[in-house]
Amino acid sequence: MKRMHIIILIGIVSSIIGLLMFSVDFSTYDTVDSAKNKPGKFVHLIAKLDKSQPIIYDPIKDPNYLSFYIVDSLGGKTRVEYHNSKPGDLEKSERMVLKGSMGKESFECKEILLKCPSKYKDDKKKLEKEVTEQTSQKSI
Amino acid sequence: MTIFEGEHLWPGQIGHFFVILALIAAVVSTLSYFWAAKSTDSIAKTEWVRFANITFTIQAFSILVIFSTIFFICAHHYYEYMYAYKHASKELEFKYLLACIWEGQEGSFLLWSIWHSVLGLIILNSRKLNDWKAPVMSVISFSQAFLMLMILGIYFFGVKIGNSPFTLTRNEIPAPIFSQANYLTFLKDGMGLNVLLRNYWMVIHPPILFLGFASTIIPFAFAYAGIQTKKYAEWTTAALPWALFSLCVLGIGIMMGGKWAYESLSFGGYWAWDPVENASLVPWLILVAGVHTMLIHKSTGHSLRASYLFAFLSFIFVLYSTFLTRTGILGDTSVHAFTEAGRAINIMIGLFVLAFAIPSMILFFVSYKKIPAIHQEEETSSREFWMFIGSLLFFFAALFIITITSIPVYSKTPFLKDLIIKIHGGPLAMPEDAEFLYNKVMILVAIIIGTLTAISQYFKYKSTPKKFYLKKLILIKIVALVVTLLFYKILPFTFYNHGVGFLIAIYLAFFAAIFAVIANAIYIISVLKNSFKSAGGSIAHIGFAVMIAGILISSSNKTVISDSSVNGINVPIGKDPMSKKKDDPTENLTLVRQLPTKMGDYQVTYEKDSLGHEKGRKFYHLNFAKKDPAGTEIESFQLQPDVYLMKDNNMSSNPDTKNYLTKDIFTYISFAINESTNTDTAQFRETEMAEGDTGYYRNGFFILNQVIKNPTTEKYHYNSNSVALMADVTFYGKDGMHYKASPVIQADSLGLLQIDDTVYAQNLYVKFAGVSENKKIKLGIKESQSFIDFVTVKAYIFPYINLVWLGLIIMAIGILMSIIHRKKIPLLTATLLLILATAGLFYMFLLAN
Repeated sequence: MKRMHIIILIGIVSSIIGLLMFSVDFSTYDTVDSAKNKPGKFVHLIAKLDKSQPIIYDPIKDPNYLSFYIVDSLGGKTRVEYHNSKPGDLEKSERMVLKGSMGKESFECKEILLKCPSKYKDDKKKLEKEVTEQTSQKSI
Repeated sequence: MTIFEGEHLWPGQIGHFFVILALIAAVVSTLSYFWAAKSTDSIAKTEWVRFANITFTIQAFSILVIFSTIFFICAHHYYEYMYAYKHASKELEFKYLLACIWEGQEGSFLLWSIWHSVLGLIILNSRKLNDWKAPVMSVISFSQAFLMLMILGIYFFGVKIGNSPFTLTRNEIPAPIFSQANYLTFLKDGMGLNVLLRNYWMVIHPPILFLGFASTIIPFAFAYAGIQTKKYAEWTTAALPWALFSLCVLGIGIMMGGKWAYESLSFGGYWAWDPVENASLVPWLILVAGVHTMLIHKSTGHSLRASYLFAFLSFIFVLYSTFLTRTGILGDTSVHAFTEAGRAINIMIGLFVLAFAIPSMILFFVSYKKIPAIHQEEETSSREFWMFIGSLLFFFAALFIITITSIPVYSKTPFLKDLIIKIHGGPLAMPEDAEFLYNKVMILVAIIIGTLTAISQYFKYKSTPKKFYLKKLILIKIVALVVTLLFYKILPFTFYNHGVGFLIAIYLAFFAAIFAVIANAIYIISVLKNSFKSAGGSIAHIGFAVMIAGILISSSNKTVISDSSVNGINVPIGKDPMSKKKDDPTENLTLVRQLPTKMGDYQVTYEKDSLGHEKGRKFYHLNFAKKDPAGTEIESFQLQPDVYLMKDNNMSSNPDTKNYLTKDIFTYISFAINESTNTDTAQFRETEMAEGDTGYYRNGFFILNQVIKNPTTEKYHYNSNSVALMADVTFYGKDGMHYKASPVIQADSLGLLQIDDTVYAQNLYVKFAGVSENKKIKLGIKESQSFIDFVTVKAYIFPYINLVWLGLIIMAIGILMSIIHRKKIPLLTATLLLILATAGLFYMFLLAN
């Protein structure tokens, strides 16, 4: 067998892997409304916490049940159920990416990625607030 | 024009001057080295090189000054500088002063350029590299110029080039306070290092990783030098030790990140195929391929073109990974929150990548035909043949990983974006089980690589008589098979989540790893005849295979012991028993204070909590006890995972791990009550008391024994910047029980801080509310109706995780031995070097916890 043959062989193997990869069900970024149109399908939602609605988490009763509401940039709203512990900074988050699928009554969330303002020191507005808070405290 | 009081403007001016000087020196030395390399006249060449050496040394010195200036500013808390305000704070320990410098983007670029300078100075002063010096150094100087542009911070025609680390706070933040001349008297403390990063890994991981990144430029530069000087075939010998060095350091740097993630961040493991992790792994994989093709070329003359390609690509992918992690393009896909420093700098980083990628690739393809290649095929029974296949596989694996990792980039590329939406029906996102997508491909790679690592040593370069390898290999194969079968009997893999096929693949990969370990060990003993000097390669292979075995065992047999659906007091509600998958355990368990709860083989009790030295840090003392069937305790130990409560009430959780030789028990707090936001309708009732006075509560009475000034206890650590008072109170319940409580009040420049105490048995909160006249104090008592203290934890068992770290250490030492062998480093130095490296790595990865 010549080296070219092996290279071709590996090429074939890798293209099979490639095909395999694309046969994988890649997910999409969706809005709440478009996710509602494909219930059961694994999607990514980018949304904000709906602060007008309650967050339900009672770790004494069940530490693996969290429920809250989100609203996306187009105004779509849904309830979210997450069978895991409540991320500590959920209330403070400015934006979140939720991975999961739309169920009958709520979005069944598998994973939450939070984007919190505190993580970004380069946000000028945040810095301004920080400085104002810090300095006004002392000038009293 | 306001004249501001108390500012120290001179360090900034010095720093800024040296940034400009470093930039100019880097540009001049790039051009001079370039002319020197071009020049055919040997006298002119020497002159140019001499001049360029001077300018390069000037830029290296300037970078040192810049770094020292930033350190000076941060160490002296000069908050008039934005960089100090954003990253330093008074409570930061000394070791974190360095860490806070590389927390910011400017600091990490600076760190990178420091390493480039150091490496450049070493090359500049090495005697052997004469002809290569000029072209190699021109590449390094060119990258230095780019790095200096990143921290320049000067406007050119309205476009800001780079972000200077020496900007003033008052110019950066538009707050009204900065119009006051004495604003500095109000700006008492900086924001400090992010608490998530306050860890000793933050001190050591970035410098090592950046040394790894920085050193990949050297193989790149040598490959360029090969084409530039038209001595196409000779650079590999000079570049190989550097490529090995880079491989060693980058490998350690990446795994340090893994170890950090494992032991102090709550990601639940050491590798998650996170884009940021992948971005640094890809250059390493390509470098592995490159090192092997260079070896082939040195011994046989084959694979030169591949060596060029891999040497170029590993640095290009280092730049690309900078692009991925520093521009915020990964925003929605990564848990790492790297800061993004604005559009202008993002474009600069993009240009940095292209400035190296495009010319090198053009150069490679234009001179492709001129790069000598042997047109005779290698024998299939030759070592080079199988090594090349292995290298190619590493390269494909790298391409696969980066293709998936770049998904967020596709969605931001014009045309491609629309194409994806058309075909896919929406912006492309990772599949439901992203880790499995990587794992199922990588397990195949591991099987083949493991096997190749085992067999290829037994082939000789050029060609090998059949009898020679067949006899030996079959024996080894049988031994490896026996080990795998034994493993199957004693400690089987239990990873059924992805079906039997994947489980078989795990066994095959494990077999391949064992095969590789034994084959390489026997190779050292029988073929090399214990000639330890040349055993570096085989030792590195053993290390790599041990690491693969460790990864397979610890990842597939990782078990959740905090499964509340099985053990806990909780029954999960609202869950469909039909759809509940096997691989979806409910991973959190709530522990009520003092109530033993079953967790795996252990009875776990949340005993008490205590405060750490840092503000807002709280440790939870969890007692793990194991009992035999008769009920006698076999072992017990305490783990203290902790939680940081940050300024804005965000929490950050740090795990604690019990290390055994064969497994780790890993636990962290997934939810804790935040006392400041805990809503409780009961109110504090204040009583004025002097020492010795008695007060009453529903279930009894209490006595203020004494008031202690500036105390240090388990719950409170007095620091000398403040004044503190602690009330020592005893509660006498109606049931005759006595309970102690010691609330604290502390005053410092930031204001008042009250640290309340609790008497759980009596549902009491005790507050030191203040001081009044006549040596009396105000004591607040809150009687809560329903008060349960609890904490929610997650706990895992990682079996044989030490194999991962051990494998890494063996691999690093093997590579180091090979460098020593190739560089012909004298025995004494070599021994010293090896002992130091071994001790250091052992300490960092296995002992320091």
